[in-house]
Amino acid sequence: MEQEESAKMRMKTVLLSFPLLFLILLGINLIFVSSRPTPMVNQLIISSIGDASYLNPVLAQDSASSDINGLVFNGLIKYNRDLQGFVGDLAESWEIRPGAEPEITFFLRKGVLWHDGKPFSAEDVKFTYDKIMDEKTQTVRRSDYELVKKVEVVDPSTFRVTYKQPFSPGLGTWGIGILPKHRLEKEDINTTSFNRNPIGTGPFRFVEWVSDEKIVLEANPRYFEGRPHLDRIIYRIIPETSLSEMELLTKGVDYYGVLPHQYRRMNEIPFLKIYSQPSLSYTYIGYNLKNPLFQDKRVRQALTHAIHREEIVQYVLYGFGNVISGPFPSHLWYYNPNVKPLPYDPIKAKKLLTEAGWRDTDGDGVLDREGKPFRFKLITNSGNDIRRDVGVLVQRQLRELGIDVTFETYEWSVFLKNFINAKHFDACILGWSLSPDPDDYMIWHSSQIEKGFNFISYVNPEADRLWEEGRKEYDLERRRKIYWRIHELIAEDQPYTFLFSPIGISALQKKFVLVERDPSGREIYRPIQMEKAGLMYDLIKWYVPRGIVMEK
Amino acid sequence: MKGNGTTSQLKLVWKYFKRNRLAIGGLAIIIVIFFVAGTAPLLAPYDPGKTEVSLKLKPPSLKHFLGTDQLGRDVFSRMLYGSRISLSVGFVAVGISIFIGVLVGAIAGYYGRWVDSLLMRLVDVMFCFPTFFLILTVVALLGPSIFNIMVVIGLTSWMGTARFVRAEFLSLRERDFVQAARALGVNDRRIIFRHILPNALAPVFVTATLDVATAILVEAGLSFLGFGVQPPAPSWGNILTEGRTYIFDAWWLTVFPGLAILLTVLSFNLVGEGLRDSLDPRLRGRR
Amino acid sequence: MTRFLFKRLLQLFMTLIGISILSWIIITQAPGSPIALTMDPKVSPKIIEQMEKNYDLDKPIYQQYFLWLKKLFTGKLYSFKDGRPVLEKIGERIWNTLLLNLVATLIIFSLAIPLGVFSARRPYSFLDNLGTFGAYLGLSIPGFWLAYLVILATVKLFGYPVLGLRSFVIEGLSPPEIVLDRIWHLMLPASIMAIHGIAGLSRYTRSSMLEVIRQEYIRTAKSKGLPEEVVYYKHALRNALLPIITLFGFLIPGLIGGSIIMESVFAWPGIGRLAYQAVLARDYPVVMTILTISAVLTLIGNFIADLLYGVADPRIRYQ
Repeated sequence: MEQEESAKMRMKTVLLSFPLLFLILLGINLIFVSSRPTPMVNQLIISSIGDASYLNPVLAQDSASSDINGLVFNGLIKYNRDLQGFVGDLAESWEIRPGAEPEITFFLRKGVLWHDGKPFSAEDVKFTYDKIMDEKTQTVRRSDYELVKKVEVVDPSTFRVTYKQPFSPGLGTWGIGILPKHRLEKEDINTTSFNRNPIGTGPFRFVEWVSDEKIVLEANPRYFEGRPHLDRIIYRIIPETSLSEMELLTKGVDYYGVLPHQYRRMNEIPFLKIYSQPSLSYTYIGYNLKNPLFQDKRVRQALTHAIHREEIVQYVLYGFGNVISGPFPSHLWYYNPNVKPLPYDPIKAKKLLTEAGWRDTDGDGVLDREGKPFRFKLITNSGNDIRRDVGVLVQRQLRELGIDVTFETYEWSVFLKNFINAKHFDACILGWSLSPDPDDYMIWHSSQIEKGFNFISYVNPEADRLWEEGRKEYDLERRRKIYWRIHELIAEDQPYTFLFSPIGISALQKKFVLVERDPSGREIYRPIQMEKAGLMYDLIKWYVPRGIVMEK
Repeated sequence: MKGNGTTSQLKLVWKYFKRNRLAIGGLAIIIVIFFVAGTAPLLAPYDPGKTEVSLKLKPPSLKHFLGTDQLGRDVFSRMLYGSRISLSVGFVAVGISIFIGVLVGAIAGYYGRWVDSLLMRLVDVMFCFPTFFLILTVVALLGPSIFNIMVVIGLTSWMGTARFVRAEFLSLRERDFVQAARALGVNDRRIIFRHILPNALAPVFVTATLDVATAILVEAGLSFLGFGVQPPAPSWGNILTEGRTYIFDAWWLTVFPGLAILLTVLSFNLVGEGLRDSLDPRLRGRR
Repeated sequence: MTRFLFKRLLQLFMTLIGISILSWIIITQAPGSPIALTMDPKVSPKIIEQMEKNYDLDKPIYQQYFLWLKKLFTGKLYSFKDGRPVLEKIGERIWNTLLLNLVATLIIFSLAIPLGVFSARRPYSFLDNLGTFGAYLGLSIPGFWLAYLVILATVKLFGYPVLGLRSFVIEGLSPPEIVLDRIWHLMLPASIMAIHGIAGLSRYTRSSMLEVIRQEYIRTAKSKGLPEEVVYYKHALRNALLPIITLFGFLIPGLIGGSIIMESVFAWPGIGRLAYQAVLARDYPVVMTILTISAVLTLIGNFIADLLYGVADPRIRYQ
């Protein structure tokens, strides 16, 4: 009897013990987790949606990698805070000698050291250039240097570039991060472990990278502009926007790129400061100009008049966007402020369409001409919430005008290969992310139709000529005139409906300040300002003063 | 064995099925969903595609039973139309998989020997693939259209059915009535389709029902990863996914589609299990 | 026994070849090249072509297949996304996925079996029906939906960190606290992953038990006068568990598939997430390798399951 009883008890115990154990563990964890202290450290934690791919400025294409590379590496020059000129980075100064084959001579800083202590020299610059031009290197940057005739190391602190023809965007291309020759000359640059463990000359040096979790950088005490005031910068990878928001609120991250719909909530948090800045990108609807529907300029202008862009900005971007009138970012020197966006005017749109021969002759609600209805397919890539919403809105707005639009989304690579590059589309919603230099030759010049980015097949001889001139002209004012005129031409032609240029929003914990010296040499703290070049332009001056206590 | 045998079998199955309250509940819900899907245009108070941006992200109210989404579209109407997508994906995908599975299983089970070996080797290979990953890969690579999704799910779920059907065929083909038919010179195809198959189909109904449940979950999973039916067409999966960004502003965009999926899948599971219980002679005695 | 093993291994090998070829065909049929994913207006198409050439993407498909095999076995297979060796990328994450699945499996077995056993004890009672309904619910709930809601509730209501392997703020914690932290981060995803499995396995256990109870030998044991409890737990349970053992083998393939969604939701750095990212980036080497590895694991899992079953049930040996 007893034996059976104990057998029964044993069985029951065994069976029940596991769930009990599980529950006990869960309980312990919950109690333990709630009582965690928060440390006070002089560091910046940045929230990133995606992990970096290559910590190598020559190979990297994604923004996460580029952001980090910008801190670890330096270029010869960099854009100034207004994005309108350059300041020296690794180069103290430079000279441009104009002519049929212009030369730029860079006079490099002396005494710059790599993170491993070795000295930097012009050899590194030449090495970087050679690697970029090497066909085996998987880099997209080669096109930037196609017009370079030759480079030479004049002496360890002087580097000279000679161009085949005048090319003003050329100077800007020397902002690319310079790679250390001594570390990479014997490596296969595409697969070297350097890409996960880089050394550069920049203000912050690499510490560690835990895949999909975080990338840690620390201050470079021997940085040539002086040691940065922050001790560490950590990139945390948080793939979900609602969760990054939560981390920001619980102070698990210090900096986060806010989405428009989150702005309202973020703005009400007392310990966060919200900054906003127009971006260098814009979203547009591109019309395939080989399609007879879109060949009449009046039709394109009518379409732009019919799309209520202000409403799109207000409701899809919560007001965080500027309606632009042409192919440039609205806050930069080459955007022509005299060209105003076409106003929302459905009546005028109707009139233009009628002039172009479109009427609803059969009463089916859809405009037609010569028996053909005004019907087309609008496409964009999937995974982009904003473009998706824009497409739906545009579809409805054009329907009201009598234009039958179907809207579909496709996965990015399919979208590019089968529709855009093959030019098998009617109209598409896309965006351009531009560099601060206005030379968008590859997008607009008629020579770029076959294999370039002029996939809408836009041809305008006067604009072509201006694009060519613009890249040869070095003088800023003369360039400005050229690009302003291009802006006028394109606005008149409306090959795109320029939808908007988004305004980027960022949230930063208020504990960060800028450290500067006042005239008497004392250290003073100033608030961090948003610059055209970005919030982190003065990152080496950022600091968390000790006096500030972090509350939980 | 066939003919009036089938009808009285059906009556028997229904008799036991009726007694299972959970299964009946499930069946009722399925009928409602079918009805809704069929009459969606009549039932929907608004055009599911009509955007009204001034009404964006409004909570459930009398005017909008399930609230509005980020473009001001009525969620209730979108959910009604979304039922069509969920159901069609489920049924077509399972239809394809049943078709292939029955065919493969029948041929393998009937002919045996090297045909059987070869086909079962194919089944083994297919079973080795992590199904969801395979579906995701193919749909991602070919493009997430509703057609591709249906076909890919169908092409990756037939193996279980094939095994069942093969097992049935293996046992049934030795039976008297089959020997008799062969002796009479009836050709193979007739034997397979008209004699053996009707008797082998019982377990297939069970798996079919359960597979519909799985297919609906798979489509939802694909949508969650961004590879389900694409907007602006409304599916429960993509309403949920679109709503993810706004989870703190509009909980209704996440809760309602999830509940709808849960309910639908649950009903199919209940019916499938009910069918299984009703068809299993050993369990019938109990009730 | 040896011949049996040898035959099985040969079959395994053939199946494996079939798998890799099939995977390769599927993947390379896909439109879109991994390079052309950038739309940088400064990049000329000439360069894109050159880059594709460097990845051997311009060679005919069968040649690419053999190149892939060669690179895989010589360890020179590199990811398209970040140039790292594929095996290294997989290696650093596979343990995370294994750990997650192992814990989920433990939770499943430890909760489902008692549930199933106790349900079968009093079939069709109120508690049993409740359990049944709960099981159906568990089978039908979309996992990612539940996971998402639970994560948000936990974070919003309690402020607990939930994502990833471990909490971010890990300095200043003693080793036992670090271990506890890791366990906490494991618990939540593993538990939610387990729900489906618990539902299924408890039902299976229950029906298995019910079937066994009706068997002749149980009736015989009862009629011999053995107390019901002993009969129930010792004899019935042991025999009902036999088929469940084979399920162990099938859990390995579930490794990759089931994990993709959960790992994405919980930002768990495992191969499910790697696989998903690789698909998005058209990282063919990684996708191919993961498909093949999971197929290998499945084959091994089946093999082990067969062996275990053969060991557990002497009637099945030498089949």
